[in-house]
Amino acid sequence: MATGLIGKKRGMTSIFDENGKALPCTVIEVGPCYVTQVKTEKTDGYNAVQVGFGEKKENRTTQPLQGHFKKAGVSPKRKLVEFSHFAKEIKAGDEITAADVFAEGEFVDVIGTSKGKGFQGVVKRHGFGGVGQQTHGQHNRLRAPGSIGAASYPARVFKGMRMAGQTGNERVKVQNLRVLKVLEDKNLVLVKGAVPGFNGNTVIIEK
Amino acid sequence: MDFIKDLEKELVEFPEYPAFKAGDTVAVTYKIKEGEKERLQKFQGVVIQRRSSGVTETFTVRKMSGTVGVERIFPIASPFIDSIELVRSGKVRRSRIFYQRKRTGKSARIKEKRRF
Repeated sequence: MATGLIGKKRGMTSIFDENGKALPCTVIEVGPCYVTQVKTEKTDGYNAVQVGFGEKKENRTTQPLQGHFKKAGVSPKRKLVEFSHFAKEIKAGDEITAADVFAEGEFVDVIGTSKGKGFQGVVKRHGFGGVGQQTHGQHNRLRAPGSIGAASYPARVFKGMRMAGQTGNERVKVQNLRVLKVLEDKNLVLVKGAVPGFNGNTVIIEK
Repeated sequence: MDFIKDLEKELVEFPEYPAFKAGDTVAVTYKIKEGEKERLQKFQGVVIQRRSSGVTETFTVRKMSGTVGVERIFPIASPFIDSIELVRSGKVRRSRIFYQRKRTGKSARIKEKRRF
C-alpha cells in the first residue's frame, strides 16, 4: 500500500478544464486525518503509518481503542487505515491534510464499498446474454444461465463458476483517477470520474 | 446536494444570460478554436429543452438548415459561449417541445408570447 488518506465521498459534479471541456468529477472530502500510530521495522516488523479519520463519541469506543487513541493523543476516530511510504517524517498525533499528500494532475486510486444490488441473476451480475429469443419453446428461461458444465465427467461443477448471488456491497478499487483540483481550505479533492459507493461513504485514496 | 451546488458556484463562473425557456428563439454566439485562432459563430434556433441544473445544465437549440433539422446542445456554463441573445419569446405549453421535431412548415410555427 502506498501513501494515501481517508475521505468521504460528497457527490459528483462537472468542471471545465482550460480547453473548455466539461469533465465529470467526484468531490471527496479528504481528511484532515490524524496519525494514530507509527509502525517501524524495529517494533512491528514493517514500516507503516496508521491514520484515523472521522469523529466518534468516546462512549461508543471500546476501551482498548480508547487507550490506543489516548496514547497517540487524538480524539477517537471512526476509521483507521494503515499506509506505507509517507515521504516526510511524522509522529503520532500529527495532522495530515489533503494538500500535504495530493497535488493537481496526479493519478490516484480510490477504494470504496460499491452500492449493494442484492441477490442478482447472472445477466446483471456477470453480463450474460440471457436466452436470445422469446419463442421456439422459451417461456420461463429468458435470463437463465444455461449449462453449468458437462455430465458424468467431471461429474461436478467447477469452482468459480459464475452464478447468481449477492451483487455489489463489496470493496472496489478504481485505479488511475486524475486529481483535477485540491481545495486546501476546504479539505476537498476533485478526481475525474466516478468513485464506488453512495455519497457519504468512507473512501480511501492512495497514490 | 446543497453542498455540491454551493461548491459549483465557487468553482465555475456562471455568466449572466437573459432568461429563456423552451419555445424561445435564441441566437447563441460561441467560440470556435481553429488551431491557434479563435473565431465566433452564431447558431440561431428554437430552444426545445433545458435540462439538469447547476454546472451540468444544458439547453438544446434546434434550427432548420434548408430542409434538414439541426440540433445543438450547449452546456450553459460553457466557457465557449460568448453570448446568448433572446430573439423572440414563444408561447408553448410544455417545457420540452420535442413534438417540434416532427413538424415542418406551417405547423412548426410557435406563437409569440405577448407581454402587456
